Amino acid sequence: MSLKVPTMAEMLANGETADVLFWVGCAGSFDDRAKKITKAVVKILNHCNVKFAVLGTEESCSGDPAKRAGNEFTFQMQAMMNIQVLNGYEVKKIVTACPHCFNTLKNEYPELGGEYEVVHHTQLIQDLINTGKLALEGNQTFKGKKITFHDPCYLGRANDVYEAPRTLIEKLDVELVEMKRCKTTGLCCGAGGAQMFKEAEKGNKEINIERTEDALETNSSIIATGCPFCNTMMTDGIKHAEKESEIQVLDVAELIANAADL
Amino acid sequence: MNSIIAFALLSIGGISFFTWNVLKIRQNILLGRETNRSDNSGERWRTMLLVAFGQKKMFSRPIAALLHLVIYSAFLITQIELIEIFIDGLSGEHRVFEDALGGFYTFLISFIEILSLLTFFVTIAFLARRNLLKLPRFTMSELRGWPMKDANLILIFEIILLSCIFTMNGADEASHLLKSNESYGFAVSQFLGPILFGGIKSIDTLHVLEQIGWWGHIFMVFVFLNYLPYSKHLHILLAFPNTYFSNLENKGRFTNMESVTNEVKLMLDPNADPYAAPTATSDAPQRFGAKDVTDLTWKNLMDAYSCTECGRCTSSCPANITGKKLSPRKIMMDTRDRLVEVGEGLRKNGKDYQDGKSLLGDYITEEELWACTSCNACVQECPINIDPLSIIIDLRRYLVMEESKMPTELTGMLTNIENNGAPWQFSPIDRLNWANEE
Repeated sequence: MSLKVPTMAEMLANGETADVLFWVGCAGSFDDRAKKITKAVVKILNHCNVKFAVLGTEESCSGDPAKRAGNEFTFQMQAMMNIQVLNGYEVKKIVTACPHCFNTLKNEYPELGGEYEVVHHTQLIQDLINTGKLALEGNQTFKGKKITFHDPCYLGRANDVYEAPRTLIEKLDVELVEMKRCKTTGLCCGAGGAQMFKEAEKGNKEINIERTEDALETNSSIIATGCPFCNTMMTDGIKHAEKESEIQVLDVAELIANAADL
Repeated sequence: MNSIIAFALLSIGGISFFTWNVLKIRQNILLGRETNRSDNSGERWRTMLLVAFGQKKMFSRPIAALLHLVIYSAFLITQIELIEIFIDGLSGEHRVFEDALGGFYTFLISFIEILSLLTFFVTIAFLARRNLLKLPRFTMSELRGWPMKDANLILIFEIILLSCIFTMNGADEASHLLKSNESYGFAVSQFLGPILFGGIKSIDTLHVLEQIGWWGHIFMVFVFLNYLPYSKHLHILLAFPNTYFSNLENKGRFTNMESVTNEVKLMLDPNADPYAAPTATSDAPQRFGAKDVTDLTWKNLMDAYSCTECGRCTSSCPANITGKKLSPRKIMMDTRDRLVEVGEGLRKNGKDYQDGKSLLGDYITEEELWACTSCNACVQECPINIDPLSIIIDLRRYLVMEESKMPTELTGMLTNIENNGAPWQFSPIDRLNWANEE
């Protein structure tokens, strides 16, 4: 089944309006692993006939890594340009699969003139299930498996979203096992604050390895997460531990898309 | 009469010196930049009641929280007895509340005595924990020297203070028994009194002992009070305003620098005149970000004075856990130490004084700053809502925007964002390619 990915420009040309803008983000657009997450989200949106659109080539970096690195100029240039585009399309609601974009759009754009309802994809999917648009009853794909959820810092501590991803995982008829450090005490994967784009400072261990050990302790067969950067860091950690054959790193959207057989 | 005068002088001296120091601290905190924390007072009171008064965040580590709660409640309740001591001291009476309160007085003093006895044991447990258990967060490099001594001194002060209370109440109990064969009936001293002082059959000696306890106690109260402004222990007072002025926004939200917003708006405005003269009202431009404590907000500076160096932030910091140099606690300690230095310098040498030093460089290194993942674990952990992350980010802003100093990979990342709208080198035209890839 091919994906239907309308752009805002096409929608406008056809005289249509989208109910929600899917903000794909740089990782979701360019990173090979994250693109799969993006497609999983689209499959779910298509399946539930959500009237959504993407900005496509009109989207640009939200500015998050620039801001966390301390370059407020670059951040605000990006933010203002994005806000011009978003306001031009009269966007009201945005969904994104990247907690960094989510945080920036939700918390830092309003003061600069960009006021939208911003939700994380796990929140939107939860809403689709609650309103009966997405049914997962009787799915057997992951039945009985142990799954642990790694809290992305910019979803959890930064914005207090802890339950939506967990509720979704519990819908899969699996055993959700928490790591010793979870929710408010969850340990960072090591990518935040622009660390994704630089070598770590000198230390005695990589943060993602420390975090992967937490996950391995749970004896889960899947590490679920809700952030493309966490996904990369945890995947690298699993490779470092040579456990690729025993444990997989998947986004919650991928779990749901698989379970719903999309 | 002499003792009343002595007491009055001690009180005036103790309170004046303390006030003088508090005013200095206030002056130092106000060296910070403006930030608005006066909104939403209902939410602020609620936060203060829950977090400071109710100790809510302490309980993420239950054992330490329980021990701390004992000392904290003893401290709060003892203030009632302190009122009596003040009235006694200034009037020359003895246990002035006893007649007025009757049976409730016995209950109250008993309650205080039990809490005090518990505090005595907890204080010893805390001393042991700090000096024998060698918890990593109490043996880190930033605690070497004065901070370690400071922590122990407070605990020792507490032990002396409590010993004075029990000497006072114990000797009083023994002499009461000797005089009237009747006990006061206070929960602890009715037993402790006869054990410690039962062998003494002279009322005068017991009276002297009671006076030593009474004077020793009130003297230690003033020592303690006046030690606070020099110590990490100031948190017992500042925890309250510091939680009241907490950041109420989502923790992920970083401030948008207003000065930058104005510049960016001008750059994006097609009608802006690039050769326009600056508006006459504009002040001297502020530094971008923070190089020294005076570039931080007053709340950052209040945070620094409020920190009691418990190290929960550092023990939850992913960078610190994996052996990097960053310790959020050290960021707070450095900020306070530098602020004290700046404040003293300004008071001695006038308001334009510069000592050629700065928080960034002389206290905090770039390596520490670049180790932060901005994960907010330190902010989450702090029992009194201190925010080390906003200091780290402001220092980064100075490095990047004023000095263009950053790890080389980040230069590349920023260039990519500016050139092609993504942190990696991909063409913006390819942004939607994923939709058509298998």
